[in-house]
Amino acid sequence: MDYVLAALVGCFIAAGIYLLLSRSVIRMLLGLVVFGNGVNLLIFTAGRLTRAAAPIVPAGLNQPDGPVANPLPQALILTAIVIGFAVFSFLLVLAFRAYQTLDADNTDTMRVAEPVDEPNPPLSY
Amino acid sequence: MGTFVLTDALIQTTTAVADWVLVLPLILALLGAAAALMLRKTANLCFLLAMLVVVAIIACEITLLLRVFESGPLSMTMGKWLPPFGISFVADLFGAGFALAASVVTLVVLVYAEGERGQGVDDNFHAMVLLLLAGVTGSFLTGDLFNLYVWFEVMLIASFGLMVLGGRPLQLDGAVKYGFLNFLATAFFLLALGLLYGLLGTLNMADILRGAPLANPAAIATIAGILLLAFGMKAAAFPLNAWLPASYHTPPAAISALLAGLLTKVGAYALLRSLVVVLPASRDLLEPVLVAIAAATLLIAPLGAIAETNLRRAIGFLVIGGIGSVLAGVAVPSLEGVSGAGLYVFHAMLTMTALYLVAGLIERATGATDTRHMGGLYAASAPLSILFLVLILATAGVPPFLGFWPKLLLLQASLGQGGWSGGLLAGALLINAVLTLIAGSRLWAHVFWRPAPGGATVLPMARGAVWTGFGATAALAALIVAAGLWPNGLFEILAVGAPDMIDPARYVEAVGLAGVAP
Repeated sequence: MDYVLAALVGCFIAAGIYLLLSRSVIRMLLGLVVFGNGVNLLIFTAGRLTRAAAPIVPAGLNQPDGPVANPLPQALILTAIVIGFAVFSFLLVLAFRAYQTLDADNTDTMRVAEPVDEPNPPLSY
Repeated sequence: MGTFVLTDALIQTTTAVADWVLVLPLILALLGAAAALMLRKTANLCFLLAMLVVVAIIACEITLLLRVFESGPLSMTMGKWLPPFGISFVADLFGAGFALAASVVTLVVLVYAEGERGQGVDDNFHAMVLLLLAGVTGSFLTGDLFNLYVWFEVMLIASFGLMVLGGRPLQLDGAVKYGFLNFLATAFFLLALGLLYGLLGTLNMADILRGAPLANPAAIATIAGILLLAFGMKAAAFPLNAWLPASYHTPPAAISALLAGLLTKVGAYALLRSLVVVLPASRDLLEPVLVAIAAATLLIAPLGAIAETNLRRAIGFLVIGGIGSVLAGVAVPSLEGVSGAGLYVFHAMLTMTALYLVAGLIERATGATDTRHMGGLYAASAPLSILFLVLILATAGVPPFLGFWPKLLLLQASLGQGGWSGGLLAGALLINAVLTLIAGSRLWAHVFWRPAPGGATVLPMARGAVWTGFGATAALAALIVAAGLWPNGLFEILAVGAPDMIDPARYVEAVGLAGVAP
């Protein structure tokens, strides 16, 4: 099962990076989501995969009865999902505002901050 | 295996009240941000509150710095769980010193911004500045890598907010590029954390220090490589530097000064902490890469500044050049190298902020952002021209200013290293200084010295605005000059702090993990 998930993480990251290489802002946003979920899945896999069993140590024992998954990575992903969602929402709104204001959803045409018509160094002196 | 006793994993003693000075800056900044959010309709009150909070934070951090200087690193673990289970905060001299520099810079920017911003604007500026300070301070003081990720995100969302404050088209454009690249960098950081946790089962820095030598070196080096990618992107090291000159010039000057002073330095500090302190064996494997990145950043950044006509974009390239110097220290982690990198981060926080603040004053005086439309400002304001020149010299590392000392240490370290890597770094550092001087003096000549080109005017400014802005910047510049003339205190701190970075035994002991079997 670990191998399947590891391969899946690889696919997620590869797809995310491929989408991020695009010039279209919407595709880049999708790429970030896919990439982020790949990372979350990776942390999830790092915490051991078992069938549903609560990681609770019964009274009188030193360790949980039977195999359980490590709950800490799950807490880490929960944090990462919440933070990732918040930042992604911000970027989504930002992309929309940029589209409204700059009339550009393509990074090639988004050149207000870096004008294309600047002269080359000797001419600019 | 003995019987399971829960209390063995818990902290039984209460934390000494004096130890709270470690987390007090964070508590103050977060509470202050919340209060500033509630008071946003009353801009003046907000400003006073923010000033009060930052002054209190500075007082806490001076106490913290003195305490760490006298009695070694200080640690505090949250939530009653013993480390490595609870999240640890650890202050060593580097972390505490950078945190102090960050809050001093924030104080200056708050005063400056009062003159820059219009009266009665309720745009949550103060809340976001305090939140940014919380994120930066947390990054400097945390002893846990996942916690570092959380503080990175706090910093990120606050900087997003500051970046688009006002919502001009220019800012939206810059924020898109800044936002995507920085979010991607933190995602890569998280990726490395997932792999590290899977390998070692811990994210506490002191615990990783003990566990990493026992793990597969190739796997750990891969993780260190991903960390280098993530933090390199944050710090704007070549070739991941394109986002910085595309975005830092877009917000108002006070905000770009704050971002330039704090954000990339946190990335550089994270590199120093994670590669030099936590994963030194992997750093040795990555050394050729680090040398190449450092040399390329040192050489290419000032060339960008020479080619640029937009004043604040040119300064952005100088900020990147500074990151190259810090990376040179990471590439040569001898005592001099680490001291040089640490002192350079400290110097860059103050100097880069001051440079952007001066650029803001210049832009207000000329009403232009491009040096092609500036000129003759010397006649209008000689003090401003002296201020700019001093900061340019400090950036290039000309004695007697603060920038000279870290450059000297780094040069000593590179020459001490010997071999092709030491020679390359020493050459790159020297050429960087010359190119920075050329870029800076070109800017100075264009803005101040040459006669005003047709159409360039010097705008009259409101007196009060000039004095708060100029006064705040001059105070920061005076600090840079004073620290350069009397660097003994800084060197005493380095003499204690740098050995702790190279051999973190005292750090591990402070966290309370020394001697416990992994």
